[in-house]
Amino acid sequence: MKKIKTIARF
Amino acid sequence: MIHKYIFRDEYIVMDINSGAVHVVDPVVYDALDYISGSDYSHDQVRKALEGRYSAEDIDEALYEINELISQEMLFTEDEVDRKLFDEKQPVVKAMCLHVAHDCNMNCAYCFGDKGAFEGIRCLMSAETGKRAIDFLIENSGSRHNLEVDFFGGEPLMNFDVVKELVEYGREQEKIHGKNIRFTITTNGVLLNQEKIDYIDENMVNVILSIDGRPEVNDRMRKTVNGRGTYDIITKNYKNFIKKRQDRQYYVRGTFTRYNLDFADDVKHLLDQGFANVSVEPVVTSEQFDYSLRDSDTDAILGEYDRLSDMYIDYAMHGMPFRFFHFNVDLNQGPCVIKRVSGCGAGTEYVAISPEGDIYPCHQFVGNKLFLLGNIFDDKFENRLFDTFNQAHIYNKKDCSECWARFYCSGGCHANAYHTNGDIMKPYRLGCAMERKRLECAIGIQAYLAEHLQEGV
Repeated sequence: MKKIKTIARF
Repeated sequence: MIHKYIFRDEYIVMDINSGAVHVVDPVVYDALDYISGSDYSHDQVRKALEGRYSAEDIDEALYEINELISQEMLFTEDEVDRKLFDEKQPVVKAMCLHVAHDCNMNCAYCFGDKGAFEGIRCLMSAETGKRAIDFLIENSGSRHNLEVDFFGGEPLMNFDVVKELVEYGREQEKIHGKNIRFTITTNGVLLNQEKIDYIDENMVNVILSIDGRPEVNDRMRKTVNGRGTYDIITKNYKNFIKKRQDRQYYVRGTFTRYNLDFADDVKHLLDQGFANVSVEPVVTSEQFDYSLRDSDTDAILGEYDRLSDMYIDYAMHGMPFRFFHFNVDLNQGPCVIKRVSGCGAGTEYVAISPEGDIYPCHQFVGNKLFLLGNIFDDKFENRLFDTFNQAHIYNKKDCSECWARFYCSGGCHANAYHTNGDIMKPYRLGCAMERKRLECAIGIQAYLAEHLQEGV
């Protein structure tokens, strides 16, 4: 189970 | 640099220099207390977290953190080329036309001296307005898209000139290969059906001023005869949005110390059928009872939390609305130059008085210290270009150390000047509000991404 979800990626 | 905070049940981590935003588990959130870059001690983190999390969870968290660091999405370096600002050439792409230095209202908090802007009450002539459009085109360099905003005072008091200038702009844009986008701000008193039809057809964005609940609006926004305006303008605005449908407009209010419960004003405006809402803090001298003080900070920030709850509640029930400060484009948004340099006041944005005087921004109009020239002068040499061009986030000490710098872009020069007497010293309460609004805006997106598909 991943512990980090990236919701945005200047 | 990172910034982390908890919004409802979401643990949010922002990587400031890349713009990446992550929603993380508590173990990652806590591990980041002991990490400030790629060269941290795994053993130290494990030791700090043992007892709170299993060894397996801690190792997984550190593995994922390392992955993000290697992918340049955590603890990234600031790689913006500072020379871009030193080499910037003076070009004007946006202009605020003060077509009326007069007003049919007498709002207590008006920064425009009830329409007069520290001068005489007057209207802009068509000749001056046309010269202003010529001035914009002449100084726009290779920019194709130009912005012209009709402002005042109350621009509807000079509506024939507004129409003449739109027609003139349409002629000139064809001749010069430009695209002019017209916008207007109005207090709504004179907004009859004829004007509604014209504005709807010709303005890409429309700002309709109203503060919210009747008693809140009428306490501050009165006619020159001292009567409240709520009933008149609400009727006119409802007629406007009937015509406008879902194309761009905002009802925009000002909140003061008298309505620190401004989320209720947003709700009231939504209940009237307005789907695009903005309420903005009054910025004025503390000599006025209604001014916001540092001591109000907790109440204001708490109210943004309440507004966030309302925003989520409406979205979860299939009734989303738009709140100006909660619209953050996390996946793209403005280019990095704009993020660093901000609104463009005094460099690529100017305001023009009815007499043709040029100022860095609509909020500086009338202050002779900021007079840049006149559109009828032979040549425009912006004597304050360097001052405003160098007023970017890397040159403002407070901004250079702030996690919100690439979103707020240094804040409002006028607010800085009016509160601290220096455009390089940001308005402290404004900074606190902006940081809070950003946390809410990003938190809302994280929360809705997680919960919206689950349903209410």
